[in-house]
Amino acid sequence: MTVAPLVESSPRRGGSGLLRHVAGKVGGALASLAAVVVLGFFLFRLIPGDPTVTMTRGRQVDEAQIAELRALHGYDRPILEQFGKYVGGLLHGDMGTSLFYRRTVAELIGERVGPTLLLVGTSTLIAVTLGLWLGIRGAWRRDSAFDRASTGVALVGWAMPAFWLGMLLSMVTGDLFPSGGMRFSSTPPGFWPQALDVAHHMVLPCLTLIAVVYAQYQLVMRSSLLEEMNADYLTTARAKGLRDDQVRRKHAVPNALLPTVTLVFLHIGLVVTGAITVETVFSWPGLGLLTYEALAGPDLPLLQGTFVVLAGSVIVMNVLADLLYQVLDPRVRAS
Amino acid sequence: MRRLGSVVGAVGLVALPLAPAAHAQQPVTLRVAIIQQVDSLNPFLAAYQASTEVGRLMYDYLTAYDAKDQRPVEGVAKSWEKSADDLTWTFTVPDGKKWSDGQPITAKDVGFTYNLMMTDKDAATANGSFVANFESVTVPDDRTVVIKTKAPQASMLALDIPIVPEHVWKGVGKIADYKNDVTPSVSSGPFVLSEYRANEFIKFKANKEYWRGAPKYDELHFVYYKTVDAAVQALDKGELDLVNRLGPAQFDSLKDKSGVTLNKAQGRRFNELVLNSGAATKTGEPIGDGHPALKDVKVRQAIAKAIDQDAIIERVNGGYAEPGTGPIPPVFPDFHLTPAKPRAFDPAAANTELDQAGYPKGSDGIRVGADGKPLKLRLTGHTSRAYDEQAGEYIKSSLADIGIAVDVQLVADTLLDEQGVAGKFDLIFSGWGTNPDPDFILSLHTCGSRPESATTPGTTDTFFCDKTYDELYAKQGAELDPAKRSELVKQMQQRFYDEVPAIILGHDNALEAFRGDTFQSFSIQPDPGGVIMAQNGVWGYYGAVPVAAAGTASSGPSTWLVVGIVVVVLLVGGGVLLLAKRRGATAGERE
Repeated sequence: MTVAPLVESSPRRGGSGLLRHVAGKVGGALASLAAVVVLGFFLFRLIPGDPTVTMTRGRQVDEAQIAELRALHGYDRPILEQFGKYVGGLLHGDMGTSLFYRRTVAELIGERVGPTLLLVGTSTLIAVTLGLWLGIRGAWRRDSAFDRASTGVALVGWAMPAFWLGMLLSMVTGDLFPSGGMRFSSTPPGFWPQALDVAHHMVLPCLTLIAVVYAQYQLVMRSSLLEEMNADYLTTARAKGLRDDQVRRKHAVPNALLPTVTLVFLHIGLVVTGAITVETVFSWPGLGLLTYEALAGPDLPLLQGTFVVLAGSVIVMNVLADLLYQVLDPRVRAS
Repeated sequence: MRRLGSVVGAVGLVALPLAPAAHAQQPVTLRVAIIQQVDSLNPFLAAYQASTEVGRLMYDYLTAYDAKDQRPVEGVAKSWEKSADDLTWTFTVPDGKKWSDGQPITAKDVGFTYNLMMTDKDAATANGSFVANFESVTVPDDRTVVIKTKAPQASMLALDIPIVPEHVWKGVGKIADYKNDVTPSVSSGPFVLSEYRANEFIKFKANKEYWRGAPKYDELHFVYYKTVDAAVQALDKGELDLVNRLGPAQFDSLKDKSGVTLNKAQGRRFNELVLNSGAATKTGEPIGDGHPALKDVKVRQAIAKAIDQDAIIERVNGGYAEPGTGPIPPVFPDFHLTPAKPRAFDPAAANTELDQAGYPKGSDGIRVGADGKPLKLRLTGHTSRAYDEQAGEYIKSSLADIGIAVDVQLVADTLLDEQGVAGKFDLIFSGWGTNPDPDFILSLHTCGSRPESATTPGTTDTFFCDKTYDELYAKQGAELDPAKRSELVKQMQQRFYDEVPAIILGHDNALEAFRGDTFQSFSIQPDPGGVIMAQNGVWGYYGAVPVAAAGTASSGPSTWLVVGIVVVVLLVGGGVLLLAKRRGATAGERE
């Protein structure tokens, strides 16, 4: 009978080939990560401005103090030596110390990862669910009023700048939702009040993120399902007397799901960066906001750190997508 | 269907604990928007305005600035006297003041703090300049601090150094690594740190031991907002009680909101247009690429005459600024300059003067210098500031009237800074905030603050280097008689005004708004016309009076809304799970 790939996950077949494949992917990812480290280091040094001077701006310092600070942070050393030191630190898990906060970059990023994952994770989950559902429904009843309307709405959302939509939503909803932050300072410390408060604060940023990204899931799902629509196995399935609903759910959709899954994973990595504007509009204390603040400095160690983490998440998600493909698609596994 | 049942059950559980939470007696809280980042809670490291303001809540200085007129008044020390040679100062710390943990505040705490800054470089990070001229700080007894200075120091009653408790800080290891976020803090100021969540909020509780008396409300919360727009919205919605740093448009937008009270105050900030009058290093070696005509003071004066400052204030500042003369704003009347002969807006006179000075107009209407170089100037501004864009266009059209072409170039802040310190500009927008003590802002225009070389930036603002100005600067720094010093400071600004290394375009008003329905009044500084936030001191927060019956339990409707949302989310989530489960089950059977 036809495939049911979602539950067939045993990788027993061709074990050594799979291992080699995984090793190749991971090796490639490590190489990309190395490139990111190099790029991040040299790229941000092109930003105009002396980080030491920016650091002391508006404070009463003399030149001796500036020279001393520069020496302290190693900015007076040759650039290659600075790079060597940076890489050496990275290998020991030391991403350096922020010039502005005077705290380790790892600590700062650690503090911000949670809120970003919560926001981006929730909105991605909802956007994917919504996008897939609308895409499937639209493709199955192609050119119906539902299809046209949902595609139109999705495209409008896709075309809207996130910061604009965010501000608009915040204004239109009036007093219903908080205007920013992750929780009210006066919320009692217990788990439920805190969780509810965070959920309340998450509504608008989540809605904004969902509205601007779900269109791509919907459209990819819709078009890949359309490609399957005239396939012979669907005719066979119908000939067996299966209900339309069953034909769609059990035969067409699983086959059409592959490109969408790839897209979802590629996008999860990118979405962390994409949240910068939304985090800024809603003062959400996440990684995007931290990157934005680091740029204004420029706070070089912090910029490098966030760059490595953001680029790293894209790379990791790519590898995951590759590996998941193996599980989902027997054809990839066989080759 | 069983799953759906459990989902509904879960929602019920969620909603239950909410009911008591909403009705519990809430502490009376002042919620304040904080837009600038706090770089550190460690008072020895904290340099940003927001951080020093937060630091003041916890730690008193040796002296304070009066709320009414900013004169030195009692801080940790109640009285002081100086020796006849102006080199030795004796401060008396009175009996009876206590840290928030009940320990007495003594002269030893003062001696500990100052000596730490004089011996530990890290401790001198933020405020080291105040003690750089100290010879010694000794504590003969618990009530007396004796400070000997190397040379007379005018800022002895304006030492902006938070005094920390010795019994806590002597146990701190490396100052540079100490975050000082332990709660509750040991405070001498009106508030005690009670919770710190980086990037979300900073919470304080009233210090019951505060020697002036405890504040009139229970808690003070600073809540982060990334943009002023968001903070204004939060104020409008009642999530906040106090916001500052408003722009003219934001201020006006709150005018008709019920429950919101506005405060238009004299500000400490000014906007200026710096003219590249000859950027050079300390040794006088020219750097950068400024237009040579700007070295001619006649050209600079003509430019100043051609710009209508009142019009800029009206159109760009929305009327919320005061006209500028010298760098020191009208909010400090002792030092603010009122020029003997104010320079009137007079493009016709400017044209005549330029004609006479040897800058005839070319065929295209643009003046040409003796060197044959047309007067085409670049004007550099910040892309991030609407002010620069609007004022830039205005200045462009004003200078066109006197035959000077201007090309407005808006660039990123970092690039602007880089071009500014390298002297690579003709005209550039800049601005500063000023302190009650004028020394620092005046020092920015001395020859000595120019850079060592083209590649090591100095602290200069204008590259101004003028013998007369420098002589006056040295005199005022050593002048301890307030009236005489004030006179010297005004003379310096007059020199600055006449030589035009920069045109002070205006002193921005400080625009603030608060919820008049939760807090009825705040102590402003100076009084009248002053600010609530960003004071020299924390009178605004300390003196806030809550509206008597104002309960802060206003979360009724939104609580139910949250419940609604959670129900929807759980239902949708549950539905999805249910579907997935069903599909999984049938698929499993098929295998």
